[in-house]
Amino acid sequence: MDTRSIVYIALFAALTAALGLMPPISFAGLALPPISAQSLGVMLAGAIAGARRGGFAMLLFIALVAIGLPLLSGGRGGFGVFAGASGGFLVAWPISAAVIGWLIGRRGTSPLRLATSIAIGGILVMYAIGIPWMAVVAKLPLSKAVMIMAAYVPGDLVKVAIATIVTRGIRRAYPAL
Amino acid sequence: MLDLYRPGASPLHRLSPGPKLLAMMLCGTALFLVESLPLVAAALILTLGLYRLAGLPLRLAAAQLRPLAVILVIFFALQYWLSGPLLAAFVVTRLAALILLASLVTLTTRASDMIDTITAALALLRPLGVNPAKVGLAISLALRFIPVLGQITAEVREAQKTRGLERSVIATALPVAIRTLKMADDISDAIEARGYDPRA
Repeated sequence: MDTRSIVYIALFAALTAALGLMPPISFAGLALPPISAQSLGVMLAGAIAGARRGGFAMLLFIALVAIGLPLLSGGRGGFGVFAGASGGFLVAWPISAAVIGWLIGRRGTSPLRLATSIAIGGILVMYAIGIPWMAVVAKLPLSKAVMIMAAYVPGDLVKVAIATIVTRGIRRAYPAL
Repeated sequence: MLDLYRPGASPLHRLSPGPKLLAMMLCGTALFLVESLPLVAAALILTLGLYRLAGLPLRLAAAQLRPLAVILVIFFALQYWLSGPLLAAFVVTRLAALILLASLVTLTTRASDMIDTITAALALLRPLGVNPAKVGLAISLALRFIPVLGQITAEVREAQKTRGLERSVIATALPVAIRTLKMADDISDAIEARGYDPRA
């Protein structure tokens, strides 16, 4: 792997960590759970850095979390977060980023295709791994776990929109990517 | 460096990270195979005993669970409603034991020691094409980038404030992303200009 790829991998891992420093945004009052900006890092890593670099960037990020750096939003870190109920979502991040990068590489970057690629990788793939994990850890029936997570979908759609706009802007400013 | 490590001189602190990680994974797996409340409760009490052995106050153990308090309560309530108090207690106890056990490794191991152990373990993966030196470079770069990104974001925010755009997510995110990508390209060039060869 060339030097540029290593630097990009480090950059997107760091970007995801920096997004965790942003306070979670809550809108619609208490009706919806507060959303953290962090999974935006997953979408951007896949969409901007590509499947390989994006996937490795997220792998590096979760490795840094695992060794005990408090990089998750709210200052969480260490192996405990993987044992917890939302551990599956974290494990899904590298796969999610890689799928986003791969889909965009195949389907192109028209606004609609970009947005759907990011949504498939960033929501579908993530939930497909995270929800069964949650169901096992909490011994919940799958349908109940799906119900809990349904509350997060609106926030994730907002993130898909932001990731799409930012990716398009960057591809225009940085056509070499 | 930012770290969750709690300094100490207990046997748990002195144990090298490798065996500690291995033991944690084995115990964690065992907890998932066990299906009885008394056994899981015993594991929780044993884990709390290990906190005492490590010289860590139980207050600190409680602090590890605090960020998850809400989700634990939700799970307890859901399980209580779905399948009764016994299973609810089992699920929440197991989750608490798992989290406390994993946090214990983090609390008693320096992040730098953990990085060394992981880099050493990666050498075993060399035949698969993994280069430990490159992984080491990526780790150090990522840790250096985190504060730099915070700084760039603060600068862009200030600039957008003068334009009245400080509330726009896009007006901040886009310049930050472009500046950091430019920085990444400059750093790659700088590393290569200095003749960096990760194979050496």
